[in-house]
Amino acid sequence: MTDISARPLRPARRRSSKWAQKLAPYFFLAPFLVLFIVFLVVPLFYALQLSFFRETMVGGIRFVGLDNYGKALTDQKFWDGVLLLLRYGLFQLPVMLGAALLLALILDSGMLWARAFFRLGLFLPYAVPTVIAALIWGYLYGPSFGPMTQIADYFGLPRPDLFNANTMLYAIANISIWEHVGYFMIIYFAALQAIPADFEEAAVVSGARAWQYVIYVKLPLIRGTILVTVIFATIGALQLFAEPYLLEALAPAVITSSYTPNIYAYNLAFVNQDYNYSAAISFVLGAVVAVVSYVFQLVSARREGK
Amino acid sequence: MAIVGKTSSSRSFRVSRNMLTALMVLFILYSFAPIVYVLLSSTKSNADLFTTFGFWFGNSFALWDNLQLVFAYQNAIFSTWLWNSFVYSTTIAVGAALLSTWAAYAFSKYEFRGKKAIFAVVLGAVMIPQTALVVPLFLLVTSMGLVNTPWAFILPSMVSPFGVYLMKSYIDESVPSELIDAARVDGASEFRIFWSIAFRLMAPGFSTVVLLNFVWSWNNYFLPLVVLSSSNTLPVTVGLAQWYKLGGGAGGAILYSIVLTGAVVSIVPVVILFLFMQRYWLGGLTTGSVKA
Repeated sequence: MTDISARPLRPARRRSSKWAQKLAPYFFLAPFLVLFIVFLVVPLFYALQLSFFRETMVGGIRFVGLDNYGKALTDQKFWDGVLLLLRYGLFQLPVMLGAALLLALILDSGMLWARAFFRLGLFLPYAVPTVIAALIWGYLYGPSFGPMTQIADYFGLPRPDLFNANTMLYAIANISIWEHVGYFMIIYFAALQAIPADFEEAAVVSGARAWQYVIYVKLPLIRGTILVTVIFATIGALQLFAEPYLLEALAPAVITSSYTPNIYAYNLAFVNQDYNYSAAISFVLGAVVAVVSYVFQLVSARREGK
Repeated sequence: MAIVGKTSSSRSFRVSRNMLTALMVLFILYSFAPIVYVLLSSTKSNADLFTTFGFWFGNSFALWDNLQLVFAYQNAIFSTWLWNSFVYSTTIAVGAALLSTWAAYAFSKYEFRGKKAIFAVVLGAVMIPQTALVVPLFLLVTSMGLVNTPWAFILPSMVSPFGVYLMKSYIDESVPSELIDAARVDGASEFRIFWSIAFRLMAPGFSTVVLLNFVWSWNNYFLPLVVLSSSNTLPVTVGLAQWYKLGGGAGGAILYSIVLTGAVVSIVPVVILFLFMQRYWLGGLTTGSVKA
């Protein structure tokens, strides 16, 4: 009895479960995809659209094609910001990533006392919000009661001036290095730990020295990871905003409303209410990020190919 | 793992070890100095900040007074900010992790039309700098009537392409497809399979994504700065930065102790999470980049 009634049910059930299997991924994907489209894809195209228009006193909003981009190309303020980012990146990236790599190699060498403590301790600043880090360092640098000034006074040395046009860049870079060096160290360390021990034995047998083993074996093996970190760090550097935006309170003459392209875009939009030009600036910046990461990937793909 | 060609008994090993450890100690001092400074400063009265050395205690121990000042200043708005940060970060963390996990599960365990293309687009979005989107996001949430409401910060933050990427690599490894097929043969529905089988297997990865998103939203500054404006909706990072900028001007000296103590209070939750959940944290940060 049960056999007979159960049998015709089976194929029907199978068919329904096949359908369920076909539909299920769309249900799982839908919530993410909806928000992804609304809050990421739409704003992206909206920004592109905005950048093609301009709001004028008379005549309202009108289509101006690439005019905003043309304006950006000849805008001294924008280029000063770009130039500043370039100087910033050329200092901050090598120092931060170099230090992170050095620290990771030391951790990985197995020659350290209290390795777990160092790993955790160096990573700790990453837990501090950027804004809080910036304001703590702001106080540390500060001329009124900052410890650096106190130490200089104690030894009768000239007070360090970290807020002039030349030094500010390094003061900002230091905050960002302090925050992120441990993060990149952790990433390098994990990659180094994944290198099989056989490589080291082979190096010992062939009589390699420690530094030779590092340069000719370890570093080439983690090249992919290094590339990813360079991309991440470049994207981060191009977006520089919070640190200078906070320090502006201490040095308003140095940190202008167009100090970095990001601060410029922010001020254009929320102080000048010029959303169209601001969108163009943001878009140029975003395009630079995309090109930079694409070129890095292309270069690495070509290298892997050889 | 010892360094090549050296054993722990040799003299040169011991010399190198001591030198390297000394170098690490220098870096640790650099890492800890600002944190020690802000902790010490939060125990000082405003007068002591100016008259005593930054890296040592002051003449008085004013931590409790400072805490009272922080929590009382401007009609006790600081506790509202802390609470906002907590609510926003928790909602974003759980929401983003659920959305990422569902999407990653679809990418990992199903075949469907357009799968490769959609995944490529999501992956490409990891590279889009959030700042390029902030202005259009602001205009968008304004037109939706969400500006200056928590949703203006929460909803956009729930989109985490990196979370999808992280969860997909985790699910690929930890949830065997055979198990899902076996459950199907037994007649379990697709949603039941997800919740009672797959989700349990991916729980550690899920916790990592929750934790990472919590910390990122707790630390986020640019987006809430733009989309939230009235004081009682701000998270603690934006609120404290506002006080800091006020203190930069003339006559803001009274704010020094308040801001320094507020900074300590606002990093305590993240540091506690960091210390107690470091395994999840470190695991999540390294998964994505080491494989690439």
